[in-house]
Amino acid sequence: MAANTKVKKVFSEALGSSNPVFAQILGICSTLAVTNKLENTFVMTLGVLFTTSLSSFTLSLIRKWISPRIRMMVETLVIATFVILVDISLRAYMPEIWRQLGPYVGLIITNCIIMGRAEAFALNNPPALSLIDGFASGLGYTYVLLIIAFFRELLGSGTIWGITVFGGWWNNWAIMIMPPGAFFMLAIFIWIVKGLWLEKEGSR
Amino acid sequence: MSTTLAVPVTIFFASIFTNNILLANYLGMCSFLSVSREIKTSVGLGIAVTFVMATTSLLNWLVYHYILIPLNLDYLRFIVFIMVIAAFVQIVEMIIERVSEGLYASLGIFLPLITVNCAILGVSLFMVIRDYDLLSSFLFGFGSGLGWFLAIMAMAGIRQKLKRAQIPRGLEGAGITLIITGMMALAFMGFAGILNIT
Repeated sequence: MAANTKVKKVFSEALGSSNPVFAQILGICSTLAVTNKLENTFVMTLGVLFTTSLSSFTLSLIRKWISPRIRMMVETLVIATFVILVDISLRAYMPEIWRQLGPYVGLIITNCIIMGRAEAFALNNPPALSLIDGFASGLGYTYVLLIIAFFRELLGSGTIWGITVFGGWWNNWAIMIMPPGAFFMLAIFIWIVKGLWLEKEGSR
Repeated sequence: MSTTLAVPVTIFFASIFTNNILLANYLGMCSFLSVSREIKTSVGLGIAVTFVMATTSLLNWLVYHYILIPLNLDYLRFIVFIMVIAAFVQIVEMIIERVSEGLYASLGIFLPLITVNCAILGVSLFMVIRDYDLLSSFLFGFGSGLGWFLAIMAMAGIRQKLKRAQIPRGLEGAGITLIITGMMALAFMGFAGILNIT
């Protein structure tokens, strides 16, 4: 039962109050860079989910043998190993998306969410729980990215997952798929979430 | 100007303005958001980033073309690049600590932050994807560093003025910074007509 409540806590924190993207402002680079198309975003989030779960799990497994002085090096090595797996499989099975994502697949290594979870959770908790924690943080990242990508693709190209939803009457907001649109969209998203949240806390 | 030099020079200026690593490629956002509160600290970090970026792009180019490619270990580039960057930053930190205490006090504290700055790794990855030669890679790293420096300094200046502004509650901190960054990106897009790299 105790394990069950712990798992619940891990999920509710990762998806809500300490969501990596909008509450801790981590992993912003890729949040902005890959969200101009829903399909690319989905593939990218799968890569991050895979890396963050398995690197948390692995680091937790070997946590007793990592000396604190070199732990950053070990963390980076473990994370980089999983990112290479993601990179190789994407290149083999989805070459077109791999090409569009460009350097951002490799940059999963420096995604602060993964390192952050390793530092804050995996090094002090058992493997199974760390795996769940890594997965939950990845999920928190995933749903924020998918929401942002949904609106950016819809407004910027009039499509969802490449399927046209708005007809010829729709003028594409070209700015939405370009860099400034990414910054504005994320700011608006943070504003809405924090606004709703502050209101809730104020009424308590 | 001969064409052999024209390309690297174009890359240099384009990486500062039209293809700014932060405003067009979104890299280095984490430290950009957290360190841009004061002009003084952002200048320190800006100098450190420019230096490390220019040098590691050079080092990584040499490692990639003289070690990884001949040994057919291309797929190991992520690990190798991040190790080169981490090792280099560590060495620079130790040298600065020995040589100059004043420099260490002003720059040293930023160096550990740099290893996890995704812009540094990003520059090395872009250089591989775009297949730059040695000179182009170096100028691309140097220009990207300067571009990042320019962006964070401008942002620190604006944020100092912002302290006196009334901002809607939900937008404070990250929100308003992102909106201003968006506006800066919009302004930098104005350079797009001058030169471009792909």
